[in-house]
Amino acid sequence: MRESKLWAWHIVTAAIILVLLGLHMGVMHLGAILHALGIGAGHPTHADEVFRRSQQLFFMVTYILLLGAALFHGLYGLRSMLFELSLSKTAEKLIGGLCAVAGFALFIYGGYVAVAVFRLKGV
Amino acid sequence: MSGSAAQDSAVIKTVRFEVLRYNPGKDAEPKLQQYVVPVTKGMTVLDGLTWIKEHEDRTLSWRSSCRMGICGSCGMFINGLPRLACNNQIVNLHSNVVVVKPLPNFDIIRDLVPDLESLFAKHRSVKPYLIRKDPVEQNLPTGEYFQSERELLNYIQFAYCIKCGLCMSACPTVATSEDYTGPQALTQAWRYTADTRDEGAKERAKELYSTHGVYRCHFAGACSQVCPKGVDPALAIQLAKKAAFLKVFSLHKRGRATSVAPPVDNWVANKDIPKAPAPTVKQE
Repeated sequence: MRESKLWAWHIVTAAIILVLLGLHMGVMHLGAILHALGIGAGHPTHADEVFRRSQQLFFMVTYILLLGAALFHGLYGLRSMLFELSLSKTAEKLIGGLCAVAGFALFIYGGYVAVAVFRLKGV
Repeated sequence: MSGSAAQDSAVIKTVRFEVLRYNPGKDAEPKLQQYVVPVTKGMTVLDGLTWIKEHEDRTLSWRSSCRMGICGSCGMFINGLPRLACNNQIVNLHSNVVVVKPLPNFDIIRDLVPDLESLFAKHRSVKPYLIRKDPVEQNLPTGEYFQSERELLNYIQFAYCIKCGLCMSACPTVATSEDYTGPQALTQAWRYTADTRDEGAKERAKELYSTHGVYRCHFAGACSQVCPKGVDPALAIQLAKKAAFLKVFSLHKRGRATSVAPPVDNWVANKDIPKAPAPTVKQE
């Protein structure tokens, strides 16, 4: 059942990524179009605009959610590919463990950055 | 010889058979050997191989039995696709060259004889039989089980599998990962799991949903394309995945295995049906 849970979350995170990447495309590309038309704040890739977005609760939560979903989805996919190399059980366990540790560490680091930038609000 | 029999045995054309020959104990590597075979009406690839054995080369080896697409013995790689040699007519290949090799993804025992041990080992691993929790009912069933037509349709197409191994030889994941359970065994695991008479889903799930189970399927669909019995293993695997997904999020319907039907009152045996012979093995 463990593998079923991992795979089910792999599918759920794919759906989350699809929605959040849609949002990303909207913010990045539709934002640029709106900016070119004189609507909206600044250009979406300008540093002050990036900071402005990062200091909004909605975007901070979105970034952490996207980070978690992308890490889980990507690392599960990597693990699946490596498992098809007919490895020994020990090697499989090692790969599973490394993926889990790497994913957790990257999530903590990325999450910290998102929260730290959010907390700079008003500074 | 009657007119139609003479027509049937008339040579339509000749084709060149290129057959892979390999004797692991003797040959350094497999090689293709050519034979010219006269083709008659309705002649199958298996008939062509038989003609070669009878007229050209008695050492050619392959495995076959029923000659009618039922036993699943004569699976071979014919003109680039895994097929049964007995139900593929040479004229339908639309080529003057027939290349016959043993099924890919299996070791070669000799010439066109693949070693299907891995297929049967994987098949056994999914416990391909009805499992009842009651050991008495399992070993000495007391009667028939209720099952509606709709419940039967849930699995019946998967029950047509003849264990020929064509799906396994067409599967790209089996080709790269020898640990992968494969479409044949996974389909059989789903065939019994989807059967309302079965109570062994939990036992079978260990293999079905293992690290090398349904989740390693890339959904290439080659297994369904080559199945000579019209079984759709790719569908079985997707249905198994769907069931697992719903279970993980507790969205599945909790069904109970069907029970034994009670004996029918006032039942009278049809006199036209002969009585079954007495068991030849003593019940202990």
